[in-house]
Amino acid sequence: MSLWQFLLENGNEVLSLTGQHLWMVFVSVLIAAAIGIPAGVLMTRRPGLEKGILGFASVVQTIPSLALFGFLILVPIVGGIGASSAIVALILYALLPIVRNTFIGIRKVDPAIREAGLGMGMTDRNLLLQVELPLSLGIILAGIRVAAITSVGVATIAAAIGAGGLGVYIFRGVASVNTTLILAGAIPAALLALLMDFGLNQLERYLSPPGAN
Amino acid sequence: MSGAVIEFVQVSHTILGNRVLSDLNLEVHRGETFVLLGRSGCGKTTTLKLVNRLLDPSSGRVNVEGRSTRDWDPIRLRRGIGYVIQEVGLFPHRTVAQNIALVPSLEKWDEARTRNRVEELLALLGLEPKHYVDRFPWQLSGGQRQRVGVARALAADPPILLMDEPFGALDPLTRSEIQQEFQSLQQRLGKTILFVTHDLAEALRLGTRIGLMKDGALKVSGTASKLLVSDDPEIKLFLEPLRALVELGETLSSRGN
Repeated sequence: MSLWQFLLENGNEVLSLTGQHLWMVFVSVLIAAAIGIPAGVLMTRRPGLEKGILGFASVVQTIPSLALFGFLILVPIVGGIGASSAIVALILYALLPIVRNTFIGIRKVDPAIREAGLGMGMTDRNLLLQVELPLSLGIILAGIRVAAITSVGVATIAAAIGAGGLGVYIFRGVASVNTTLILAGAIPAALLALLMDFGLNQLERYLSPPGAN
Repeated sequence: MSGAVIEFVQVSHTILGNRVLSDLNLEVHRGETFVLLGRSGCGKTTTLKLVNRLLDPSSGRVNVEGRSTRDWDPIRLRRGIGYVIQEVGLFPHRTVAQNIALVPSLEKWDEARTRNRVEELLALLGLEPKHYVDRFPWQLSGGQRQRVGVARALAADPPILLMDEPFGALDPLTRSEIQQEFQSLQQRLGKTILFVTHDLAEALRLGTRIGLMKDGALKVSGTASKLLVSDDPEIKLFLEPLRALVELGETLSSRGN
């Protein structure tokens, strides 16, 4: 059976797996941003935390994803079989690019701009919300983009712990040595990643202030 | 009210074990422009930052309006002191009008009052309001950017201005032009100004009084005419390029060119 034929015949299933896949990526990147952006900001305020936070996020990245999914099955409450384990793992992987880019983005703001703002009587909060975050928005979004694209790939492995998503086809295809099935999972996943890259890239350009760099 | 608006009493400042200022005593009177002149690294900028509490003295005290800076809420203190730096530090994502309205917006002025003030300041600094309000900093020349920087510092009409080599990055012609404008502006506004420069000509031109700094201490201070006849070796060093220029002029004219 050709790939095209397979996709047409199983249209509903392909769509629902794609939906599951997208949901996992969306939720985990959203939560990772909600944790990662404040953590990145905190690092610019408390230089002592820089090593600890970046170190943690980096070490997590080095854990093989299949192993991390495996560990999480055994963890109560957040872990177990299914999507919640997968989302926790995806959050952990998405943290590093978001934390790092937030930190770098804010640090890259011209010190003269910061000095002028402080010297004219801005509070630290004024400076962060009105100057530093708007000026580093492009770099922060680039971090979110990298996190999202990586998550699309890692999320295919989540099928191994019963979280669903396009990885279901890939694992089934590998088990039955069926190239068509593997491609039926891999190609939509790749397209998803490309679309996200494109979409977030456009958003980045649109939201980056003129003359910020 | 007269007397010292800014007063340094035995102020020392140490950064990472380096003594940047030692036992500095200095008074800036109401309405005068006091110029701190000195080479880079002599502690001029540190002195300025002690006034708006971007730094705190390691020992001694800095009084602003008769009150130690340690007793001021730093935010209140800074909003009453205009601050102009060489790099200007305009916010690149904000228009000229929004940049000038920085302190008014922090102080929550209403829209009409802010707009009037911005237009008034642009006109005061020789920038046609309707051409400039909606521009972004990257669309301005260096001289225009620094004019906007001065307008921003003046926005909430603070009685005190701190200026850290504000015209240092401009080309000589623009610098001379903006110095002249600044001089007439100062005559009209009567602000108390502490001005830092390494340019003797600028100091002589703008300063009511000039203080020469070296190695974190004030060597000589006084009016321009007092400084020009001083015997202090450091002053002579500063005057040397000026003398050389005068001599060059004399040599050239004696040759009949």
